[in-house]
Parts: sequence; structure tokens; C-alpha cells
Amino acid sequence: MSAAQLEIQLVAVVVAAACALPGAFLVLRRMAMMSDAVSHSILPGIVVGFLLTGDLSSPWLIVGAAATGLVTVSLVEFIGRSRLLKEDAAIGIVFPVLFSVGVLLIARNAGDVHLDVDAVLLGEIAFAPFDRFAPLGLDLGPRSLWVMGGIALINLGFILLFYKELKVATFDAGLAAALGFAPALIHYLLMALVSVTAVGAFDAVGSILVVALMIGPPAAAYVLTDRLKTLLVLSVVIGGLSAIGGYWLARALDASIGGSMATVVGLAFAAAYLFAPERGLVAGALRRERQRRTFTERMLLVHLLQHERDPDRGITCRSEHLVEHLRWKPDVASDAVSRARRSGLVRIDEGVLALTPDGRAVAARAVEEL
Amino acid sequence: MDILQQLASDYTLRTVAAGAAVLGLTSGALGSFAVLRRQSLLGDAMSHAALPGIALAFLLTGSKAPLVLVLGAALAGWLGALLVLSVTRSSRVRMDSALGLLLSVFFGFGLVLLTIIQRRPDANQAGLESYLFGQAAALLAGDVLLMTAIALVTLFLLLAAWKECKLLAFDREFGESMGLGMRKADLLLTTLLVVSIVIGLQTVGVVLMSALLITPAAAARQWTDRLSTMVVLAGVFGALSGVTGAVLSATANRLPTGPVIVLCAGAMVALSLLAAPRRGVVWQRLREFRSGRRLRMDAVLLDLYALSAQHEVPGHPHDRRVLDMMARPTGAAKRSLRFLLERGYVVRTASREWALTEAGTERARELLRSPRGGGSGS
Amino acid sequence: MNDATGSPRAPAIEVRDLTVAYREHPVLWDIDLVVPPGVLMAVVGPNGAGKTTLIKAILGLVRPAAGDVLIHGRPYGEQRRLVGYVPQRGSVDWDFPTSVLDVVTMGLYGRLGWFRRPGRDERRLALDALEQVSMADFADRQISQLSGGQQQRVFLARALVQDAQVYFMDEPFQGVDATTEKAIVALLRDLRARGRTVLVVHHDLQTVREYFDEVLLLNVRRVASGPVPQVFTEDNLRLTYGGRVAFLDVASAAGGT
Repeated sequence: MSAAQLEIQLVAVVVAAACALPGAFLVLRRMAMMSDAVSHSILPGIVVGFLLTGDLSSPWLIVGAAATGLVTVSLVEFIGRSRLLKEDAAIGIVFPVLFSVGVLLIARNAGDVHLDVDAVLLGEIAFAPFDRFAPLGLDLGPRSLWVMGGIALINLGFILLFYKELKVATFDAGLAAALGFAPALIHYLLMALVSVTAVGAFDAVGSILVVALMIGPPAAAYVLTDRLKTLLVLSVVIGGLSAIGGYWLARALDASIGGSMATVVGLAFAAAYLFAPERGLVAGALRRERQRRTFTERMLLVHLLQHERDPDRGITCRSEHLVEHLRWKPDVASDAVSRARRSGLVRIDEGVLALTPDGRAVAARAVEEL
Repeated sequence: MDILQQLASDYTLRTVAAGAAVLGLTSGALGSFAVLRRQSLLGDAMSHAALPGIALAFLLTGSKAPLVLVLGAALAGWLGALLVLSVTRSSRVRMDSALGLLLSVFFGFGLVLLTIIQRRPDANQAGLESYLFGQAAALLAGDVLLMTAIALVTLFLLLAAWKECKLLAFDREFGESMGLGMRKADLLLTTLLVVSIVIGLQTVGVVLMSALLITPAAAARQWTDRLSTMVVLAGVFGALSGVTGAVLSATANRLPTGPVIVLCAGAMVALSLLAAPRRGVVWQRLREFRSGRRLRMDAVLLDLYALSAQHEVPGHPHDRRVLDMMARPTGAAKRSLRFLLERGYVVRTASREWALTEAGTERARELLRSPRGGGSGS
Repeated sequence: MNDATGSPRAPAIEVRDLTVAYREHPVLWDIDLVVPPGVLMAVVGPNGAGKTTLIKAILGLVRPAAGDVLIHGRPYGEQRRLVGYVPQRGSVDWDFPTSVLDVVTMGLYGRLGWFRRPGRDERRLALDALEQVSMADFADRQISQLSGGQQQRVFLARALVQDAQVYFMDEPFQGVDATTEKAIVALLRDLRARGRTVLVVHHDLQTVREYFDEVLLLNVRRVASGPVPQVFTEDNLRLTYGGRVAFLDVASAAGGT
């Protein structure tokens, strides 16, 4: 592996980690689409910053982008508060308009701006090693590694510093306000970090794939765990692994690195969604099948208990009745009956099902548990 | 009136404007339902999800015919919508995360496919790239004809299932309880949404397509309280921003059509949110101001009533400074007294003091009986 | 009407062995219920007792794990036209761009096929229904301009135009003003006088005796059902609510204040 390859992967991992941290809170706060909105609407901020400074690596670009990000958030909230539109519509209107402004600014100043919409949308991490951070002629590695590393550290610091506040504001904004935690302030700080992260990441992966790195790993982690700390760690790990996996997938296919990273993030989520030990689709199906059996058995017992003193129990407590009126499929009914008989909970007198004392006890307990 | 002349004589411009108008019309109409069903961002996700469909359609058929690519896009967009639905139903992942995942992962995968296509010797990807950013100028008369045909079928189906779609958007369960085909209507609306997205991709591109769906609808909602009017208005707004955008971008160099169209639609929505009669923010503020003025006026009236109740005579006059001290904010009684005077509830005595008239006393009693309503409107 | 209502002697609503589970957790367990025609029945029980689920399962909006439902002696699917539904007021977006008259007309959509638009006849029927709930003056209002009680009356009018034999109402008394409450009670009595059957999810124990003929006490299982005087007893209420209702409340409600 060449030094450049190593550096690209290093940058990719750092970008993924920096994105996953604020992304986790977006996912938990049901604001995942704000990452999409912010990552697009920062464009005019970047362009204006560039037009003013003439330098794509100027820190003013980050400031400008963060400011436009906050403008987006406040516009969305302003429209939402007026009750004239639902919040999703507000998001969907604000960011394309700002993005359009950015595209037009680029197009009008095409002579001066070496920034095309392609680059903004798609990014190109493969160029990362060419732009060096070399203060006083000392080569310290790719510049984007330092920028994103700094952003990742700021994100981490913010989360460590405000962990308690973030947690409360995320799970119970009302309580947070009552405790004097200023959930609105936390919200805006978080969105500022999202903007800064998006602008830092856009020349590596572009504004659309930033969304994959912000939302994908935390969404996968969310299926895997209930604990906030575990979720944060898992998000970073999944993001980092997807970044490396994406790099090698891109090498194998000779295709876009950013696109491959997003694809691997998608695969990681799919894996979690299908195979998570507790909440995965497969585990869920297996558990439901098991539960259906016990549930069917308990349903049978409770049914018999309810109708034990019916005058017409000769009808309601036959297994044909189960098929007809409980809408059970014949094999389900006979399976449930035979298993209940085997466990000694039910007996059959002249074709009529009846509870054994054990069965009655189980049924009574099932009813109690309600 | 250069522009109109140009529009009449310039064939390309006419084609582009017609295409943009048709596109705006259908997406405005269908976007209305998306906005009302709180699916505004679904369109965004689906337009991104269409990219791998386009690329795959090209990879599999080797054809760049619009119909083939549109079919690929529609299938991918549709599959995306289905995935979002099943993920949100069967896991704890919620709609916003599912949408974000769908749009970025599908788009990323599409990008991988595009870069693979790019390297094939037999293809330049120029035609495909237009789907990313849109290339309205490249629209041909044939494209516009195809778009118009699709638009007509779309609008016809919408009209045929109007009742069902309306009920689906307003009260799905009630529709189901009557045995109306709500699932079918849902399927239809989703399909039509996908179709109107994919026919727009070529013109305005992946990123801006969703804006064309929801922005005209959001603007239209502010002007009317009828669904039918809203859908028609949204269509008109959409077509209008399409034509305006196309024409404006033709007037100057380096004004890409897609963003200009979106900005036109954005201007319409901004205007609507601010100034639409009754709903607009300006009117909201005005109403608040008026009701605030009335509340302050009533408060001064009641102060005066309370003061005069301490005397034998109901119309006992008082100095304004007393009322100013009682008013909130302190000193605000002057304006309220002027309004009260205009309405004949108070009079100014020769000694420059203020006293309740009989009507004023009556009104104060009325207010005390029903503190909120107060009866007469002003 | 008898030919339309199936067997004339059959109960208006017959629920047999109805079980509904949400992710294998029982929400309703083995419910049997018979409601004779022309009866006002309240469904009473604590939060989470499955009251709304019962209605939704009867209407086929929730798929049951077991059991079936007969309306006037025939399966629900065949009898949709005989059924009217008043969902909870909070279940829809009241900022939807539509007018009062329009919402009421929706009750007639079931009878109109594809393409057919509501016409003058439908408009007249809808206005009649609005008249019955004293809302005719509001016909052209946008629905967001209504108070809670008025919204509820619009929903009732929408069910009235359905001209159903059997009505299911989910918490129609929830958060309405006294005028509306009186109007709803009058309407229920009028429906009963015309031989209609109404199943009402109700949460105010104090008014059960006054408003209803029969009651179903529900808490996942059916605790008891039948005529109010026999069934609405302190013992049954305590069985239904467990410790969750203050003793005095239950006692005074059962005592028939």
C-alpha cells in the first residue's frame, strides 16, 4: 500500500468519524433530513466565502458555511412556527432555494471560481493527498486530514462537554427546558456543528454522500443498541469500517470512492437491519414464530376457560369451532391442540375440549397477567 | 417586450419553455398531495434513488433513449419508496433516517455505476450526467411530446381517482371503513409521483427536482382552502415558474435553467407565505396587532368602569394619568382612550377628564359577563 | 330495510372470539359481544383497554389474530354499506384544505363509483345532515376555523349521511363543549328512535347511566356486557379498572348519580 493510499483511507476514516458523531443525534432527534438540507444549503456560504477570500482552504469558508447552515435552520423553524406549512415541506423548500443561489453564484462567476457543482455534489477524496499541510515547509500530511481531524475533535469535545444536556434535550425537550438546559441553544449548537462538519467533508465526499456518513452508521447502530454511549461508539466504528471498505470496493471496481463508501454504508445498514441479534428482521421473524406458538396455546386455553361454563360448550369447545370461529388454519388448530394435550393442559371428552387442572391454572395465570 | 418576441421566434427556447411548463404543471398537481400527506421529502429521496436506475438501464440495454432511462429511473424510484416504507414499518428506524439513507446510499451506488460507465469505451456519459444537474437546453421537441403525453395520462388518472385520493390524504381509515380502495389510491399516487419525478430529472436534475414538487404546492396552499383549487393553482404556479425560469435563463449567459426555475418557485412561495390573504404572515401579524389593540382598549374601559364604581355616579370622570398608571404597559392608555372615544364609549369632560358614557358602562358590564367574547366586533 | 339488513332477527353486531395482538402482545383477547338492534351501547374501560382497537378490528382497519364479526347476521365485508364510522377527532389534519360541506360529503363517497363526482343530490343530503347537528350555517367554512365541538359535529354529520344501520363512534364526547354534548346525546336518541344501533367508546363513567342502554366493560378481555342496570355495577367496574380509578368515582358512577 502506497503512502497516498494510506492517507486517503486515513482521511476517509476521520471524515466518517466526524460525521457519525453529530449524525447520531440527528437520527435520535428525528431530524436526519436536516443533514441533507444543511449539506446543500451551505453552498452559497462557501461560494461567497470563496469570492471574498479567493482561497478554497480559507477558514472563512467554514464560518460562512456554518452561518448559512444556521440560516437554513432558522428559516425552517420560522416557517414551521407560522403553522403555514408542515416542517417537512419547509425543509424541502428552503434548501433547494439556497442551493440554487449557490449554483447560480458559481455559474455567474465561473471565470473566477475554480469550483464546479460537480465537485460540490460529489467531492473527490482521491485528491486529498495532493493538498498538503506544510507549515514552514514541514510536510505534516494531507491538509484535509488536519481539517477533518480538528472538526472531529470539536464534535467529540462538544458531545463530551454537553453529554448530559444533549441526552436530556434529545429524549425529553420539555424536561430539558424545565431543568434550565436551554434545548434551543443545544439544538442550534448541534446544527452549527452539522454545518461545519458538512463543509469540512464536502470536498472529500460531496454534499449528498455526507448524508450517508451522517445518517447511515448511526441508523445501523440504532438497530443494534439501546444505549446512547454504545450507539455513539458503534456509529464511529461502523462509519470508519464502511469508509475503509468503500475505499477497497472502489479500488476493485475502479469507481468513485465516495459513491463506494456510501454503498458500503448502505450494505452495513442492510446487514444490521436484517441480522441484528434482537431487532433484526430475521431474529424478529424467528421470535414471532416462537411467540405465535405460545400465544396460540394460551389463546386456546383462555378460550376454553372463557367458555367453560357455556351451555353450548359442546359446540364452542370443539376443535372444528376453533377452525371456524377463531379463524385458525386447520393445521394451526390441530397443532395447538395436540401440543396442549401433550403438555397435559387439555383433554378431549367425546370430541369436546376441556381444560385439565394444570391447564386451568395456566389459563388463569395468563388472564391474571393482563 | 424582447423576451416575448424571442419566445415566439426562438425554437429552442420555445421547446424548453413548453417542457418546463408541462413539468411544472404535473409536479405542482401531484406535489399538492405529497405536501398534504406529509411526504414532502419522499420526492427528494425518490429523485436521488432514480440515479442507479438510470445507470443500470443504460448498462443493461446500452441505449440512451429517454423512454428506457425514464423506465429505469421509475423502477428504482419506486423500489426506493417501497424500501423506505418497509424499513419504517418493520424496524425502529424512523421515516427521516430511512429517507436520508435511501437518498444518499442509492445516489452513491448510482455514482459508482456512473464512474464504471464512464470508463467504457463505447459510451460517453454526457447524456447521463444531464440527470444529475439537469439540462433543460438539451430538451428536444420529441422529449417534450413524450412529457406531454405522460402528463396527460397522469392528470387523467388523478381526475379519475380524485375522490379516493382526496380521502386518502384526509382520512384514510374512514375511506377504508367504507371499503374504498385506499391501498389502490396510495399505489396510484406513489406511482404518479415517481413518474412526474423522473420526467423532470432531465430538465432540472436530481437535487432540484423535489423543489419543483413541493414549492408550487406549498405556495398554492396559502391562497385557498379548497383542495381542487389548490391542485389547479399549484399546477399553474409550477408551469409559471417553469416558463419564467426558462425565459429568464435564456436572457443571459451562464444562468442555468434548473436553479432559475427553483428560484422563481421559491419567490412565489415566499410571497405567498408573507402576503396571502388571511393566512399570510403579514395578515397574521395584523390580526394579532388588532386583537392586541382591542384587548388593551377593553382593559382601559374596564379600568375606567372599576374607578367609577367607587363613586356613586357611574359616569364619574377621571384623569388620564390615573388610567395611564393602571394600563399595561404603563402609560399606554392614551391611544386606547382615543379609540374608545371614536366608538362613543367615553367622553372627555370640560375639565379634560375622561368619563364612561352609558354605552361604555353597558359595554363594560357585557365584558365582565363574558370576558372573552365581549360581543360586538370592531 | 329488512332485505338490506340481512336476517331481521339477527343481532346488529355480533363479535365472536375476537383476538387482536400487536407484535404478539394481546390487545384484545377472545372478545364475544352481541349487540341487539336499536340499542345505544357504551364501551367503557381504562386507557389501553383496547376500546379503539375493538372498533378498528370490527371495521377491518386492524387485522385480528382470530375471530370474526357479523353485522346483521352477515360478515362485515358484505355489509359495509350498513356501517357508519366516526373516528377520533384527532386522527385527521384539521388544516386540510377542505370545507365543512366537503367533509360531510365524503360520507357518500362509498356509494359513488370511480369518476362520479358528488352532485346536487349529494350536496342536499350533506346539508340535511349538517342541519341535524345545527351546523348548516358553517357549510362553507374551512375546517380549521371550527372549534373542537364543531369539528366533532361535522364528523357526526359525515356519519349521518352514510345513512347506516350500525354506527361506531370513537370518543365523540372527548373535549367537546356542553352544547355539543347535548346535541350528540339528542342525536344518539334520535338514531335509536329510528332503530339504529350505536356503539360508542366513552370515557365519562358519570354519564353512562343517563346516555346509554347497554354497556360493554372492556379491559383487554370483556369483563361484562349487557343492559346498564345489570352490568354497570361497582363490582364490575372495579374488575374493569382494577385500582386505577378512585374508589369514590366508581361507586358514585355505579350508584347512578
